[in-house]
Amino acid sequence: MNTPIRVVHYLNQFFAQVGGEDKGDVGPTFKAGVIGAGRALQQALGDQAEVVATIYCGDNFFAEQQQQAIDELLRHVAEYKADMLIAGPAFESGRYGVACGAICHAAQQKLGIATVTGMDEDNVGAGLYRKHIYIVNSGATIARMVPTLQRMAALGLKLVRREPIGKPADEGYLSRGIKRNELVAKPPAERGVDMLLAKLAGKEFHSEIAPPKFAGGKPAAPLRDLKSAVIALVTDGGLVVEGNPDKIEPGRPTRFTTIPIHNVNTLDADKFDAVHSGYDTASANQDPNRLVPLDTMRELAREGVIGAVHEFIHSTGGAHAAVENATQIGRQIADQLKAAGVTGVILTST
Amino acid sequence: MIPVAKEVGSLRTIAAGGIVSPTGNPELSPEKEKQFRRELVLRALQTLQKEV
Repeated sequence: MNTPIRVVHYLNQFFAQVGGEDKGDVGPTFKAGVIGAGRALQQALGDQAEVVATIYCGDNFFAEQQQQAIDELLRHVAEYKADMLIAGPAFESGRYGVACGAICHAAQQKLGIATVTGMDEDNVGAGLYRKHIYIVNSGATIARMVPTLQRMAALGLKLVRREPIGKPADEGYLSRGIKRNELVAKPPAERGVDMLLAKLAGKEFHSEIAPPKFAGGKPAAPLRDLKSAVIALVTDGGLVVEGNPDKIEPGRPTRFTTIPIHNVNTLDADKFDAVHSGYDTASANQDPNRLVPLDTMRELAREGVIGAVHEFIHSTGGAHAAVENATQIGRQIADQLKAAGVTGVILTST
Repeated sequence: MIPVAKEVGSLRTIAAGGIVSPTGNPELSPEKEKQFRRELVLRALQTLQKEV
């Protein structure tokens, strides 16, 4: 007979029945066997696996001293020779969700064991860890405790046995953004037309590509006074100093270049280039002011229409940008502009 | 590209000179092109002053 798979279950202070928010600073602790919802987990695992211990920690302690909490908790997981760590589910509780994600991620990396957690898709922990670990979608409320634990158990057993894992929708976990090739009978054009016909007929269809979600920004207050404004020029059209010294990518960008333009009144074709795989750069190379209007901005500053032009141009080659990279590039540029006291930005896009 | 800009959450957008030369137009004479760019930039500056 096979020895049962050894499982350790992680809970926060509330689900470990230590106490509520007032006990949030309880440090990392462990106990042999199951606690609370762990019984339902054991039931879902059946006789193929045994919850040998429960580890728990106050949400505040975990949030404030994450490294210490992880180190101590993982020590217990290792001592119990666990094959798998199951954390939560945390539902919509943010600190608990982050703790579940962090402990699973660390256990996977440092101990090399299978991990599964559960939480609501909107839990901040889901956003942080869904790419790295399996997170079963629990919904927001505790009402789905048992079915969530059942899914977590089923997925966990598959992981430990190294069985193939199905698609997120079939297994109930949050998409990790992994793409796999699959053989299908119909070519893409036929599948696309099938979907379109289903859509037109008001029938159900499933897109094969999940559209990325974009977080909308908060609108900046309007510029009150142009005459004192410091305006920065930014572009995703791949403007670079001749020779591209920062080696920005012409497409699929991971970085940007910061071009000093102190005492530069116009973008001369022999000093600047456009590097971009998404459009024909001939016109911009002929006159880079067609891409970034520095000559006009200098003119307007001289005339006093605007206060000043920011002394650096930030540029990236925005073709086929991954949303994560684009977001990071944008944030870094925005941070630099804010720190420099820029009050407005003209971003030219190709 | 305005629909793309709006889709990703841009709040102040204006249509410019086209994909390959947003702030220019190679078809115009140099003087006319400069005038075109100036009007475009002034429109961008006005947009920065708008409440959204």
